[in-house]
Amino acid sequence: MADFFMNHPLGIALLIIGQIFLLVIPLLVALAFLMYADRKIWAAVQMRRGPNVVGVFGLLQSFADFGKYIVKEVVVPAGADKSVFFMAPMVSLVMALIAWAVIPFNDGWVLSNINVAILYVFAVSSLEVYGVIMGGWASNSKYPFLGSLRSAAQMISYEVSIGLIIIGVIISSGSMNFGDIVRSQDGDWGVFNWYWLPHFPMLFLFLISALAETNRPPFDLPEAESELVAGYQVEYSSTPFLLFMIGELVAVVLMCALISLMFFGGWLSPVPFLPDGIVWMILKMGFVFFIFSMVKAITPRYRYDQLMRLGWKVFLPFSLVWVVFVAFAAKFEWFWGVYARWTVGG
Amino acid sequence: MDEMLREYLPILVFLAVAIALGLILILAALVIAVRRPDPEKVSAYECGFNAFDDARMKFDVRFYLVSILFIIFDLEIAFLFPWAVAFKDISMTGFWSMMVFLGVLTAGFAYEWKKGALEWQ
Repeated sequence: MADFFMNHPLGIALLIIGQIFLLVIPLLVALAFLMYADRKIWAAVQMRRGPNVVGVFGLLQSFADFGKYIVKEVVVPAGADKSVFFMAPMVSLVMALIAWAVIPFNDGWVLSNINVAILYVFAVSSLEVYGVIMGGWASNSKYPFLGSLRSAAQMISYEVSIGLIIIGVIISSGSMNFGDIVRSQDGDWGVFNWYWLPHFPMLFLFLISALAETNRPPFDLPEAESELVAGYQVEYSSTPFLLFMIGELVAVVLMCALISLMFFGGWLSPVPFLPDGIVWMILKMGFVFFIFSMVKAITPRYRYDQLMRLGWKVFLPFSLVWVVFVAFAAKFEWFWGVYARWTVGG
Repeated sequence: MDEMLREYLPILVFLAVAIALGLILILAALVIAVRRPDPEKVSAYECGFNAFDDARMKFDVRFYLVSILFIIFDLEIAFLFPWAVAFKDISMTGFWSMMVFLGVLTAGFAYEWKKGALEWQ
């Protein structure tokens, strides 16, 4: 039996497909409840009730929404480039989903244990911008076109600082594999061993850049409804629109996973006497998502020139200087060698 | 099968599964939902007016500028990745040459800042 799954081509294929479903189905179900949680938190901050009709406490709201999306008419605008018009939401969803292939949830619980994992996530998430550009271009309508231009410029601007922050973490851990990055944060002091402490300012920079990269409020300028109606999504309806929504939310949860893995020690337990496990990873991701929701609820939207100024004139110089600082600290073992942790993980 | 390539196989299968999922969702709406297009419904949205002209128009050159700057900085980050992974084995020469490279890059960044390439009014 074990031999069949390890050596026979059909067995290997079945095993991989099984693992993928084991990852994708819980992810999509969790997404439905995260969407609900997002709306509930937003409502609670504004002292509203939020969704409370479908199911107990409105828990089934997202599933009702899904059913409604499916039965809506797919409107294709007259001047649209049909194939590109349908490819755009596909790109958005596919690129957001396949990045999860390298995210470990527990020690060794990873679909594809490649040694360039973080580079792969970086590459795939930069391809997501094509979904936006294609959607805006193919619609042949002014608001989507302007919205997609803005969105693309915003996403690529913040990718630069995300890349530099990742470099700092790689210097500290000496590996691009997420498993190794988490293991290099293991130590006797639990929560104080994780990278949020030595890389403290970068945690905030990464959090804010992640908001901008995934077009979440307060950086949801492509969808600024007062000026661009809904940006690149204006002409979309029914499931193509749903694919954009799922893609966006999957990307947000991916950012939560990246923050937990790179700064909060992934599946490691915060106190030394408790066992490590997947429950910590889920709790940390939930915590980061809660912060994302709160930011959405309590901050006003940025103006576009402010957004670009923040990205290029504040985040980029600051993260560049930080990379140099981390490099010096790691090379010359400043601060008792907390920046040179490749010996801990091995 | 090569052990390293074996690790990349799940990504390929995952790609196929993700594409299938997207296709199923789009096709489901195309099959289930009623489609009754009429000229008003499929015309481009422009706040209720008829569209003035083609949407593929000229746009601000700044967007172009931002993408050029992005290519430069992204390439530089691509240089940094292998250097950062091999950091523990790198000699002083390797360390300082990257610092010189970053210095040159910072000089270029200061120049484009001074030139006003990062201004949006």
